[in-house]
Amino acid sequence: MLEGLLIGLQTAFSIQNLLMVVAGCLIGTFIGMLPGLGPMSIIAIMIPVAISMGDPSAALILLAGVYYGAIFGGSTSSILLNAPGVAGTVASSFDGYPMARQGKAGKALTIAAIASFAGGTIGAILLMVFAPALSSVALLFHSAEYFALMVVGLSAIAAFAGSGQVAKAVIMTTMGLIMATVGEGALFNLPRFTMGIMDLQSGFGFITLAMAMFALPEALFLVLKPKDLKGDDGKIKDLRITKAEAKAITPVIGRQSVQGFFIGVLPGAGATIASFLGYAVERNIAPKDEQEEFGKGSIKGLAAPESANNAACTGSFVPLLTLGIPGSGTTAILLGALIALNVTPGPRLMLDEPQIFWSVIMSMFIGNLVLLILNLPLIPYIAKVLAVPRNYLIPFILFFTLMGAYIGQNNATELLILVGFGVCATALKFADYPLAPLLIGFILGGMMEDNFSRSMQLYDGIAFIWERPMTLGLLAIAVLLVLLPSYRARRARARAAGVADGD
Amino acid sequence: MALDRWIALILLGVCLTYGYTAWFTMDGSLPPFMQRNPIWPSTFPKVLSILGVGACSIILLGFEKSEVKEADIDYRRLGEYHLGQAISLLVLMVVYALCLRPVGFLIATSSFLILGSFILGERKWHIMLPVAFVATGSVWYLVQEVLGIYMRPLPGVFGG
Repeated sequence: MLEGLLIGLQTAFSIQNLLMVVAGCLIGTFIGMLPGLGPMSIIAIMIPVAISMGDPSAALILLAGVYYGAIFGGSTSSILLNAPGVAGTVASSFDGYPMARQGKAGKALTIAAIASFAGGTIGAILLMVFAPALSSVALLFHSAEYFALMVVGLSAIAAFAGSGQVAKAVIMTTMGLIMATVGEGALFNLPRFTMGIMDLQSGFGFITLAMAMFALPEALFLVLKPKDLKGDDGKIKDLRITKAEAKAITPVIGRQSVQGFFIGVLPGAGATIASFLGYAVERNIAPKDEQEEFGKGSIKGLAAPESANNAACTGSFVPLLTLGIPGSGTTAILLGALIALNVTPGPRLMLDEPQIFWSVIMSMFIGNLVLLILNLPLIPYIAKVLAVPRNYLIPFILFFTLMGAYIGQNNATELLILVGFGVCATALKFADYPLAPLLIGFILGGMMEDNFSRSMQLYDGIAFIWERPMTLGLLAIAVLLVLLPSYRARRARARAAGVADGD
Repeated sequence: MALDRWIALILLGVCLTYGYTAWFTMDGSLPPFMQRNPIWPSTFPKVLSILGVGACSIILLGFEKSEVKEADIDYRRLGEYHLGQAISLLVLMVVYALCLRPVGFLIATSSFLILGSFILGERKWHIMLPVAFVATGSVWYLVQEVLGIYMRPLPGVFGG
């Protein structure tokens, strides 16, 4: 391994490759800030540039830099404007945006940068150590387990809901799942629930829904009830993290980097599930008084998804590099680029072309470091976005939500759907329905149904639930996750009514 | 009845319609070879409709008690907020969506940005106009020229 490391260092530290990392990170960060252009589309746009370079290591290094930059850029827009452009950063807006509202935008971005850095770096170390062994574990997961894992992910949403909110969270999740069934399913190729409208044939767009659920209601609330986005004294303050805060988030970052990495290794799971599960887990294991803080600007609630999604991005390179199986849309595009460069990822890659394998790993370290160095000094300027007067900021937020939906689908009907759902989401927000579960249900719905159908076909029925112990175990965890909060709430009410616990 | 239960009622209607489609109308058009499959396109929606109806009824019948907390905006006193501005902005967005193709990106976007800040009460034309034009131009340049995503810049009559 040491030999491999040295090869990697040698390749990655050439002037050309260092420039590639810096350029990739910068391009990724700036384009990633525009909602609507996620890592997948940016990498797809960069592929012609990468391929024309001819050197596979340099191309892969550039693309990896773009990938990291885009994930960080995406968190910037979800923290500052509540407009998550990438599914993996939706969870960052839960606590990042409230922090920005309290005038702590600078601090939130700093935490995001540090958590991403730690997540990416720890992920890269784990990748280096475990890549060969993990590839065999990833193959143990069948579609039945993926289905069960997604059910666990959705049940963890019960953790997002406070006491007495579980039914609302379940409704919203179900609505998300229902919306995911609109359009053509991958396994059936029959249009479903399109009401004969051609534009619904391909289903609702993710970006459209994300903008309608988060950015648009938020902008409308700002219009309805003008509030200063800046702190009380009109200044962006609290750039630095105090010692106590650093102490509080260190274990969170550590745990979530490891957990996120292992979730990222599973093909199909990826950064999105990692960030939601990371958020839910940290919320559940936090002490009671800190649990109240989650969703209202908790630093732990921001650090958890940020480190988890970056670690998961790194983890998703494991199946790509060792098995040649892309675990996510982004890595699928990377796979395409690799094949175009005459490199076939797979078990032989580490043996045949070690310089590619190791230089990618080294460039992950460098990419993360470059991101941190580039972004920390830029944060005060990025946070100044919020200092733009409201009369200009709101039209621009609205414009970017519209552009995000338009660029993705190139379809003006999508904009009407966006406005329609935005109004519905605002009404739901008035009635205190949580909106995040709907989006999570929508994101996971398609994958969940595909895996469910696949295992149904493999086992010719639902026998897979009890014939595969791992599936059964995961589903049992899911049931517990849903029941536990309502049981807790009932016990708390009983206690408040003066009934003894009985212990 | 509070707003959240009205919404639950509406969603119950959505779930029932969805369920009706899934249970009764979808399977009719299924090709014979697919009927041998253990899973049909309607299987998953059937499960979802039951789940949705169940969860909606829990809210509707008030089984789950939630504490009433101070909302950010009280919908019962909606008239006291800047409702007019919000509605005009929504109308503006719809108009923008309808005009984007026929009028072209440059004109539609700069008028959207100008009218948007106008609705919010901005009257400093010497700032509004340059900001809108520069922003529109640079976004168009970035998307069309740098990223290569086609957006018709001018009205169709000019061959854009």
